[in-house]
Amino acid sequence: MLKRSSTTTRKKTSLPFAVKWRRDWQMVLLMIPGVVFLLAFFYLPVLGNVVAFQDFQPYLGIMHSEWNGLQNFVSLYDNPDFWDALRNTLLLAAVQLLLFFPVPIGLALIVDSLISNKIRRWFQTIAYLPHFLSWVLVVTLFQQSLGGAGFINNLLRHAGLNPIPFMTNPDTFPLLVVAQLIWKDAGWAMIIFLAALTTVDVSLYEAAAADGAGRWRRLWHITLPSLRTVIVLLLILRIGDILSVGFEQFILQRDSVGPGAAEVLDTFTYYAGVVGGDWSSGAAAGLAKGVVGALLLWGANSLAHRLGEPGIFQRRGA
Amino acid sequence: MRPIWKERPSPGYQAIKALVLGGFALVIVVPILVVISTSLASDRDIIDAGGYVLWPSHPTFKAYQTLFSGGLMGRAILVSVFVTVVGTAIALAVTIALAYATSRPVLFGRPVLLMVLFTLLFAPGIIPMFLVVKQLGLLDSLWSLILPGALGAFNFVVLRTFFMNVPGELLESARIDGASDFVILRRIVLPLSKAVVAVVGLFYAVGFWNAFFNALLYLNDTSKWPVQVILRTYVLQGKSLSADQLGVHPPPQPQSLQMAVVVVALVPIAMVYPFLQRHFTKGVITGAVKG
Repeated sequence: MLKRSSTTTRKKTSLPFAVKWRRDWQMVLLMIPGVVFLLAFFYLPVLGNVVAFQDFQPYLGIMHSEWNGLQNFVSLYDNPDFWDALRNTLLLAAVQLLLFFPVPIGLALIVDSLISNKIRRWFQTIAYLPHFLSWVLVVTLFQQSLGGAGFINNLLRHAGLNPIPFMTNPDTFPLLVVAQLIWKDAGWAMIIFLAALTTVDVSLYEAAAADGAGRWRRLWHITLPSLRTVIVLLLILRIGDILSVGFEQFILQRDSVGPGAAEVLDTFTYYAGVVGGDWSSGAAAGLAKGVVGALLLWGANSLAHRLGEPGIFQRRGA
Repeated sequence: MRPIWKERPSPGYQAIKALVLGGFALVIVVPILVVISTSLASDRDIIDAGGYVLWPSHPTFKAYQTLFSGGLMGRAILVSVFVTVVGTAIALAVTIALAYATSRPVLFGRPVLLMVLFTLLFAPGIIPMFLVVKQLGLLDSLWSLILPGALGAFNFVVLRTFFMNVPGELLESARIDGASDFVILRRIVLPLSKAVVAVVGLFYAVGFWNAFFNALLYLNDTSKWPVQVILRTYVLQGKSLSADQLGVHPPPQPQSLQMAVVVVALVPIAMVYPFLQRHFTKGVITGAVKG
């Protein structure tokens, strides 16, 4: 903060526009490509959401398709497939939040307690890697390991046991999804907790230990409270993103598990709209999802402010 | 070194720690190793092992030769490399310019910043995105894989936060010496930010290399498929990469061929990853401390 205000020339003063322009035209020039991209690939599509209120026909285009008000949302409301997708989305989101979220915190606490830097670095190198693999690759690796003809089931067959349908059982699908998520991202999610842990003042631990606090009491009274801000921040981000449970992960496995368990709002949008040609229903479902997601994010952030945490979007300025 | 106030952990406690971390690491490493070994295994190895090979006793590159002698995979790699290289270059240029221009209080800086931050809150949705890409005539063009992903809000925040922390005095003195904003960006700000730019570049490159759904959505023409779509079609969905597609007879055990496809999707990432790993924390934390 201090550093920024020391840039003296560009304080907010009410210079005339022409003066500012002469001073800043190069900066404005640098903004142009980015702004063009934003307009073309974010704001234009945002406006394109109006097809949710139309009986959209591709050959007529947005300009000439007929408006039909909230008709698409009404038919969505009557569509049992939409409710299935919504239910699956919420169920999967809840399972992810409960089973995934604590894992990186636990891993970070263990890694932070390691004395040997060498082991720590080795583990970090391995644990961060899967984050950079694509979902196609992750699902493929799971299929090769756990699938019907996969590695584990081959071993089971050799041992004379029955193979277990890990990859195709709709009932256990939420657990499979979480397992994949943990495999891919738990290590990476650890990074931010590890960084937060390094900022904890060591003299606090020392003083607590001198006062006779054991390992667990130090964990409870020093470590976890100092992670609080980060945990709240990540929870908010998670909640804002909760309706996007992980699109590619589901589209890749929808065929093998079946839409009954693997249809989520995003895949519903894709299959109804792009594949099925019912553009308006798809757009309506997508828009509903986007709006609810934004509201959730905003709500979670306000709640964090209430609780005295900084959250993601600070009230004013940054 | 163990600080003196820290008690020595009990053997049981240490065993649990080792088990958790060791188990987690093994579960990550073993499937990757099995895939690599199987791709290098000869037909005999695969038959002996019953499908998957932990260690190929007769290693061979036959699967790779078959893979690269055919049109499909060679083309897919070219497509993926093109999209990754060009996409990363464009995305970095656009993001650096925008992040630098909004990192100082300048004309239009504030509204443009808010324009970007709003994208963090709301996603436009699949259907409108598809319609825009179609309207712009980008369907079935490789640009449809590049342009929509050219400005990532997270990467923008990381870079902007870093640029904001470049000391103002440095820029002031350059300006007094007559340097323009372009020169300051190129000669002062960028050289100071090499590590962060590298990490953001890696994030973009990985994103472009890994992109699967965009290709599924925007490309119908199979000759333009990137590696990820090939991986999905021929390994995950188990379609056969038949001999005539590849132009070589007879094909080796499809198992090793399939695993070779997996390795091709994996290798570029495994190659750049170690070089950038030590910068991760900086990049991620800069972004999280927000702007």
